[in-house]
Amino acid sequence: MRAGFAVFAFSAGTLMVSCGKKEEPKEAAKEAPKAEAPKPEPLKVGFIYVGPVGDAGWTFAHDTARKAIEEKFGEKIKTSFVEKVPEGADAERVIRDLVAQGNKLVFATSFGYGDAMEKVAKDHPEVKFEHATGYKTADNLRVYEGRFYEDAYLAGVIAGKMTKSNILGFVGSFPIPEVLRNINAYTLGAQSVNPKIRTKVVWVNTWFDPPKESEAAQSLINQKADVLLQNTDSTAVLQTAEKNGKFAFGWDSDMSAFAPKAHLASAVLTWAPYYEKAVNDVLNNSWKTEVTKWGTKEGMNDLIKINDGVPEDVRKKIDELKAGLKDGTFAVFKGPISDNAGKVVLPKDEVADDAWKGKINFFVKGVEGKVPSGK
Amino acid sequence: MHELALLIAAGIASGTPLLLAGLGLLLNERAGVVNLGAEGLMLIAAVAGFGIAFYTGQTWLALLGGALAAAVFSGLLAWMVVYLNANQYASGLALSLFGAGISAFVGAALVGKKLEIETSEKLPFLGDLPFFGPALFQQHTMVYIAVALCFGMVFFLYHTKTGRLLRGIGESPASAHALGYPVQRIRWLSLVIGGAFCGLAGAYLSVIYAPLWVEGMVAGRGWIALALTVFATWRPWRVLMGAYLFGSVTMLQLHLQAIGIEIPTQFMSMLPYVATIIVLALISRNPHWIRANMPASLGKPFHPG
Repeated sequence: MRAGFAVFAFSAGTLMVSCGKKEEPKEAAKEAPKAEAPKPEPLKVGFIYVGPVGDAGWTFAHDTARKAIEEKFGEKIKTSFVEKVPEGADAERVIRDLVAQGNKLVFATSFGYGDAMEKVAKDHPEVKFEHATGYKTADNLRVYEGRFYEDAYLAGVIAGKMTKSNILGFVGSFPIPEVLRNINAYTLGAQSVNPKIRTKVVWVNTWFDPPKESEAAQSLINQKADVLLQNTDSTAVLQTAEKNGKFAFGWDSDMSAFAPKAHLASAVLTWAPYYEKAVNDVLNNSWKTEVTKWGTKEGMNDLIKINDGVPEDVRKKIDELKAGLKDGTFAVFKGPISDNAGKVVLPKDEVADDAWKGKINFFVKGVEGKVPSGK
Repeated sequence: MHELALLIAAGIASGTPLLLAGLGLLLNERAGVVNLGAEGLMLIAAVAGFGIAFYTGQTWLALLGGALAAAVFSGLLAWMVVYLNANQYASGLALSLFGAGISAFVGAALVGKKLEIETSEKLPFLGDLPFFGPALFQQHTMVYIAVALCFGMVFFLYHTKTGRLLRGIGESPASAHALGYPVQRIRWLSLVIGGAFCGLAGAYLSVIYAPLWVEGMVAGRGWIALALTVFATWRPWRVLMGAYLFGSVTMLQLHLQAIGIEIPTQFMSMLPYVATIIVLALISRNPHWIRANMPASLGKPFHPG
């Protein structure tokens, strides 16, 4: 045992020594005498993920983008990530840890990291912080998100055509604007082709708990919902739909392989272009606080792998809508829209702005039940 | 009416892992050993079962493999608490933490992998009955096996010599030892077999119920199974009732949400646990009930000689 420990200590020691050596500029100068200056230190970029990188969903999409920028920038940057970080007290500790390790650009990829990011950002003005789907900004903290509701709307159009019961199901994580927006967009999309649509919602109060997601999907199916969409991060809802001979969508990543029959389409997120921009901003010293919302137009989100069973006219409609989203002739939230208590929330012909979308706290007409109160 | 049938069916499917693990733990406790490692055993079995199912595509092999893996680790616990007289509570907790860790470590490569899905089977004739068909007879075979195992457990504990001996050891290991019975070997065996039951429960979760492997996916079901044994005052049929009740309440809260009943969802998520606490409190109000049924040597190590 003791010998083993000695070997370990020795190798750890040499590791540290060799790490130290690498940073010595002399070596670099010797190898490349013509270089004018020693190679600049790579920009260290840290990521914190809410799920495991193998979730085949949300976190997987972020990690794919991380790998993409690592490849793109090569030696100019060095990335690292921490996965499965709970939203709460632990998050702050992990973010501080990433900063202590010398990361100068930190991406936090879940809504619930907001408070922790704000605190750490205040203490470390020299580090740039990027918060996905957040809303709080500071001098060195900015937010970015996709327009996922566009995908939800397109999914709704397909769902509205494919449903036999006219009842759609939605497995929701938490009643925050981001999720409510998707539920509403899904319903509006379906109603645009099928006015009889009603949507049932079940909340699971988690982002990632496959047995629970699957139970929620089952209870929706038991109540005649036959096309499901979810905001949770695993493939469980899709697999439950497959098992029951119903339909569902992939969310965040291409999930077609998990349920060949049930899978109608996958809403995918491509974060790489934004991450590339953020890294460039830091490298060029042009980073400044802003609120980035990219959608179908910028290629951040897309609905792909539409099932062969979806009729041709529906596919055509989806293509038209995508084109409309790209050239700005079509908007998902356009009045008149009323909530499910009958109150008009967006007057006729008015197009919702981002502030309106960021404050959604109601269900549109056709969604059953009431938005759970509380934070 | 049809919805009610489906709700019952879903409750039974959801309660089945609790039933399996509860029966295993009941067997341990009847022999006088508390196994706090149930959660860890279920996780080990879940990852083992999923791994086997993923590489071989054989559901039954996966379930057996899961049971075997859990039996091995439970045997390890037995060696510590039965032969080395280690503290049962501390050792069990250690096994739980160990199981959570090792399953996450071993399973890292299996996260996000896909299994070929077994659809639930419909029993001939019975499955076509109105109401009872969809409520009871369109489940995965494992659900019926769990019920059969409950029958088996009752038969073993109350109608066989070994079963009576096992219960006797749970009451007074010293007397059994004085009569010349191998107390330690029987306790050891009860832990190995009880562990296999927990293993079946874990593998059922990852292979059949939600065919995915995710770290920590047992999500406290091992602890609920432990509470179930007390809830059931150490009677197999009551374990079955408790497990199905718990499963039904879990599904009911999701069902009520989908109907659109306006109760805070956090409150509804809490319902199954509240139901458990209420029943436990009601049982505990009658001290005679608990004491008359609880194996007298539960949790106490036994030193022969």
